[in-house]
Amino acid sequence: MVIMAWLILALPVVAALVLAAPRSERIGAKVTIACAVVSFALSIAVMLSVQGGGRLVLVPHWFEIDPLSALLLLLVTFVSSTAAIYSSGSIGKSQGTVRTRLYYANFNLFVFSMLSIPLIIELGLVWIAVELTTLLSVLLVSFAGTGEALEAAWKYMLLTLIGATTAVLGVLILFWALQSAGSADFTWSGLRDAAHGMPAILVRIAFVLILVGYGTKVGLVPLHAWLPDAHSQAPSPVCALLSGVETTVVLYVLLRLRGVFLDVPSTHVQTWFAVSGLLSVGVAVLLILQTQDFKRMFAFSTVEHMGIVLTAASFATPLGDAAAVWQILAHAVTKSFCFYAAGSTLLVTGTRSIAEVSGLIGKSKRASAALLLGALAISGAPPFAVFLSELAILRAGLLSGHYVVIGLLATFIAMGFFGVLFHVVNMTCGRPKVDHLPRLPLPLACSVTLAIAAVPVVLLGVWIPPSLLRLLLQAAAVSGG
Amino acid sequence: MTAWLYHLNALVLGLFILTAIAMVVTRQISACLQVFILQSLLLAASAFLLGGSPWSWHLFALGCVTIASKAILIPWILRSMIPAEVYVRRELSQSVQVPAALVAAFGLLLVGYALGIPLNAAAHSLSPANVSLGIAGLLIGLLLLVVRREAVPQILGILGMENGAFLAGIAIAPDFPLIAELAIAFDVPVLAFIVAVLARAVYQKTGSTEVGSLSALRELI
Repeated sequence: MVIMAWLILALPVVAALVLAAPRSERIGAKVTIACAVVSFALSIAVMLSVQGGGRLVLVPHWFEIDPLSALLLLLVTFVSSTAAIYSSGSIGKSQGTVRTRLYYANFNLFVFSMLSIPLIIELGLVWIAVELTTLLSVLLVSFAGTGEALEAAWKYMLLTLIGATTAVLGVLILFWALQSAGSADFTWSGLRDAAHGMPAILVRIAFVLILVGYGTKVGLVPLHAWLPDAHSQAPSPVCALLSGVETTVVLYVLLRLRGVFLDVPSTHVQTWFAVSGLLSVGVAVLLILQTQDFKRMFAFSTVEHMGIVLTAASFATPLGDAAAVWQILAHAVTKSFCFYAAGSTLLVTGTRSIAEVSGLIGKSKRASAALLLGALAISGAPPFAVFLSELAILRAGLLSGHYVVIGLLATFIAMGFFGVLFHVVNMTCGRPKVDHLPRLPLPLACSVTLAIAAVPVVLLGVWIPPSLLRLLLQAAAVSGG
Repeated sequence: MTAWLYHLNALVLGLFILTAIAMVVTRQISACLQVFILQSLLLAASAFLLGGSPWSWHLFALGCVTIASKAILIPWILRSMIPAEVYVRRELSQSVQVPAALVAAFGLLLVGYALGIPLNAAAHSLSPANVSLGIAGLLIGLLLLVVRREAVPQILGILGMENGAFLAGIAIAPDFPLIAELAIAFDVPVLAFIVAVLARAVYQKTGSTEVGSLSALRELI
């Protein structure tokens, strides 16, 4: 089993090395898809071995897998599989062979950086991995080479690197605090054991610096300015990875940190999480209402969902944790599907403008159906997974007595629901406004991706495999500390 | 730590903070890069001094890696990949004028000191001054990033912030496992490479590397 876990990490690196060699243009898509699918299968095997609450120790004090990290591995490998298949349709010959080859090599490296975060338990290495997710995705964001794409990539890099540099000071101060408490075990569990002996002021400042630093990467308001740009200008499969799982793996780090400091009263972890979570949800919903670009709309929806998870985590009850973990799963599969739907719409019409797409159903039934399904699922309509997880979050909040937080959260979620659906219904069923809108064909690989990615979106709302349910409950228990 | 090492370190710290401020007010891009190299050498010097007595392999290695990576490799990457025309330019369109930026930098220096006091009172470090001035260096790097519009100075701002963080780091976490060396030896050159690729693409697209003036993407409200 340990070998399987290492293989998950090694496969994308091998694929990247193969594709970095010249004259491997033709096999780029195939190698990437094969590696991603095998990684996904391996993640299922790893998940089955830890679903009961066990842990898989790869290297003591450095690399370890518990149910929460197994869930993250599962999500990253699933989304990278679908993104690889989608890429084979949308990243075509028109881009030039060398660029295509480098795209796939870079894609695999980016997937590697995301897979490494849940496996690492040492905070210093976690920081390096988080920084690598930025560095290895910047050139994917700028892939289109247009002025807008370059601008988005630059903003993305600059702001998330400011975040990473802020976080590194937090990490160093945290290690200082750990040593003052007489320990040198800089892992999640080591920190939890020593948390009470650390100087309160050091812990408080380190926590805020790390929350601000990694919060930039998660897209928490007011540090979100780069997110809609990067998540809309990148090629659609990269958007699916950025929005679906990149934000999630960094949010995972914040959740772990919460587990460590929940018991230290002076850090006010719950207040920080509730305020930044609610602020993100509220601002994101307002931005959804006014946006005119449908890829940006889904990007704002990512900010909204990150805020919802953070708010759920602020309750710090077993029910709230379970709902937060469930929301992470539901968001990752649904948001990646939404970006495939948005990408297909962009491929068919050649525009990102909500107004110009109006009347899409007359041009492409597939893209329209996918957009509607994605919009219903992500905005929280029954019977989809996001509906269930949001309901669970509201219930967890009410049962733990957070009435004001829940009142605001429910209002924002309802506004977001109407905002997303208003735009998408106009796009699909509205009256066509532009007569001469082109009508391009949708590549087969993109249709196949839509079909595969739709399976968990539809299924998880009505039935959840027993082993996955066990994993979710165990993951929630782990995140609670 | 012996007294003369301590005083020598204080001198190095003073020069470090001067280089941070100099980077904010230097308008020519190649001069800004040279000041950054000097700053990285000073960071390495502080690591050598703190690691001198008692002897610490860890800090010695950190100093060596800093010199190799930040004083040699990164300037080489930035110089060879971004057109030379960019470096001789004087940046005149700063969003904040030099005197105002200077005042702001001194303000941030005081903020760094103020933040350092409670931290140093809470736990023991090799050199309390490193903590205060490291935080100040980080904040002044952020200021550099805000006032400049050109690609290279903006990235030097990030690297300057990182220098500040590690200046504090060598005093508070001298035994930090692996991360600092790995980050400086591996992450930072990757960063410089990617920045250079991106800046070159911007240069080819717009004829300059004035990334601060890119503003096609924004919301209506």
